Amino acid sequence: MFKVHVYVTLKEGVLDPQGSAVTDSLHAMNYTEVNSVRIGKYLELEVENTDNLEKRIEEMCEKLLSNPVIEDYTYTIGEAVSS
Amino acid sequence: MKFAVIVFPGSNCDDDMYYAIEETLGEEVEKVWYTETDISDYDAVLLPGGFSYGDYLRSGAIARFAPVMESVIDQAQRGKPVLGICNGFQVLLEARLLPGAMQFNKNLKFICRPTPLTVANADTMFTTEYEQGSTVTIPVAHGEGNYYCDDDTLEVLKQNDRIVFTYQDDINGSAAGIAGITNEKGNILGMMPHPERAVSDLLGSTDGRRLFQSMLKNWRETHVASS
Repeated sequence: MFKVHVYVTLKEGVLDPQGSAVTDSLHAMNYTEVNSVRIGKYLELEVENTDNLEKRIEEMCEKLLSNPVIEDYTYTIGEAVSS
Repeated sequence: MKFAVIVFPGSNCDDDMYYAIEETLGEEVEKVWYTETDISDYDAVLLPGGFSYGDYLRSGAIARFAPVMESVIDQAQRGKPVLGICNGFQVLLEARLLPGAMQFNKNLKFICRPTPLTVANADTMFTTEYEQGSTVTIPVAHGEGNYYCDDDTLEVLKQNDRIVFTYQDDINGSAAGIAGITNEKGNILGMMPHPERAVSDLLGSTDGRRLFQSMLKNWRETHVASS
């Protein structure tokens, strides 16, 4: 079994109202060096080792874990974990 | 005309939708649980508002894969009238039956109030009882109604008169003020405002009634008149 780390981020050019609010808050706290914040999602999956593991993870990302209209995704297959 | 109101775990406008049909139209209406797999017996499909599956992951993302959706998609592609309101619109977007996606409202607030809309296209099976360009006041209740699509898609929507309702004020940041759109064929309407909450004076507005009346009238014209 593997740990799979999936990162879902907003596509470039898609506005991020949450990120803007956090940027404003950081500025209000005097962290003026921050130019922008983009908020995404991190998902941690424990996945049995199967054939076509990568292909199946990509399918999961495209069908459910991300919305390709507004989001991009990346993933890494991490360390094997004992079940 | 027989309506199906699809009920997902977390739907909460299913009763409103049911009563809107029953009281406004007096037509047959049934609630259909998300586990059903065949809804071909119904003449129209209504996807109600609410928080299906708790809005986990993204609004509508999990409902889109509920068992009933295969039949909803099939019926939609066969041209049956499908109306998705609020969370129902979000489900239609996630199912790719309509283009685009929803984001958090630009001010991050949940907006819940009667909202003036412009009827941008009164020539759809959902809007013929309205006058083109008229103002209707229908409540909205959403936190994620900020409609996004890319520029090419927006151009296609505009060119093909698929923008059916627009907000008169920019309440949530939606592209082109979009409150409701149809698919290319015109048999699927998704909208964030709640016409089912505007069907009697007691509710503060009756502007939603004509949407359901349009559906019935247009269905009768194609089905009853020819039979």
